Amino acid sequence: MATVKEMRTRIGSVKSTQKITKALQMVAAAKLRRAQLATEAARPYAQRMSAIISNLAAGVGPGAPLLLAGTGSDRRQLVIVATSDRGLAGAFNSSIVRAARLKIAALIEEGKDVKIITIGRKARDQLRRQYGNRFIESYELGLKAPGLALVAPIARQVIDLYTGGQFDVVTLIYNRFKSVVTQIPTIKQLIPAEVDAGGAAGAFYDYEPDEDTILTELLPQNISVQILSAILENQAGFFASQMAAMDNATRNAGDLIKALTIQMNRTRQAKITTELIEIIAGAAAV
Amino acid sequence: MADKIKFDLVSPERLLLSQAVDMVTVPGSEGYMGVIAGHASLVSNLRAGMIDMKNDGVDTRYFIRGGFAEINATHITVLAEEALPMTELDLAILDQRIKDAQEDEIAAKTDADRQKAGQLVDDLKLVRAAF
Repeated sequence: MATVKEMRTRIGSVKSTQKITKALQMVAAAKLRRAQLATEAARPYAQRMSAIISNLAAGVGPGAPLLLAGTGSDRRQLVIVATSDRGLAGAFNSSIVRAARLKIAALIEEGKDVKIITIGRKARDQLRRQYGNRFIESYELGLKAPGLALVAPIARQVIDLYTGGQFDVVTLIYNRFKSVVTQIPTIKQLIPAEVDAGGAAGAFYDYEPDEDTILTELLPQNISVQILSAILENQAGFFASQMAAMDNATRNAGDLIKALTIQMNRTRQAKITTELIEIIAGAAAV
Repeated sequence: MADKIKFDLVSPERLLLSQAVDMVTVPGSEGYMGVIAGHASLVSNLRAGMIDMKNDGVDTRYFIRGGFAEINATHITVLAEEALPMTELDLAILDQRIKDAQEDEIAAKTDADRQKAGQLVDDLKLVRAAF
């Protein structure tokens, strides 16, 4: 059985762990608020951009740009997996990676040619062992607040690969921030644009000044905006998830401290009782 | 009064407006155009300029720095690169945007980029002159 001194050290170490988890929780809570505002503010733009693109996709004829209509095949797949850079956020990253694994495995099963781009250190670390040979590029988010400048190189690479005729379908996987307690792993097809069946399907659009000029600007912009939106959603979800995980950890540490303290007190009391019995027995023997 | 048209004005930072209005005038790439309900489906580039929105006899103006508009019979959606209500716009902001655009013009690597930045400078100067 552990001695009182050992238990005291143990309690001390749990207490300092608790301090760390508590601090992380508060930091996450503070950052969550800002990330959540940024995500919610950016959402309408991305959604409407997406809606416009799918309206356009429904109306285009043959000869439409590749980025809008795709190549007509689905053999060569590019999967972009976006997670956070850091861990200590419960199942946040694992849930994205699990969704990605399922998707990738299903695609391989169907005999597709799958390549991967990861955004965020965790996606890279968790997928590398299994699918490392399929990686094209791994991006890290870094410490800067996500903005169009951050996604520009990623979007450029995706567009270059696609227009270079390397891929048929591009898919993006991330966690959609539904609320502080719910994040939903989401698989979104980036290219070709998904046609919204409920929308103004088949609507014919005029273009001003002309179709080419508009689409060559609008389509790459859309890719950037959609990737940025995924990163923002991820960021808000990450802090929410981290806050919950750290809150749990803090509570667990509290429970552990309580249990250990009771155990320590019992041990100390048992020792005192034993000593007393020894003294009494010794006195009785005289 | 005829039917209203649903007008959405969004910038990457926020949703500025989403409501039914009587008429919207946007700075299209081929000149300003007024949009009311029942307009033909159209996608247009927008230049830097002012958006003028009329609703129930009230005029509201917004500054945008380029973007896109998607128009159909019931909707107009403006995706602005940057949008500000007139009340938040001042000369200092405009001057800063003009300066940024001029720097872009100088730093531009391709003719297309340079032309685009030059156009932006001209458009912004027009807005400033009318401010």
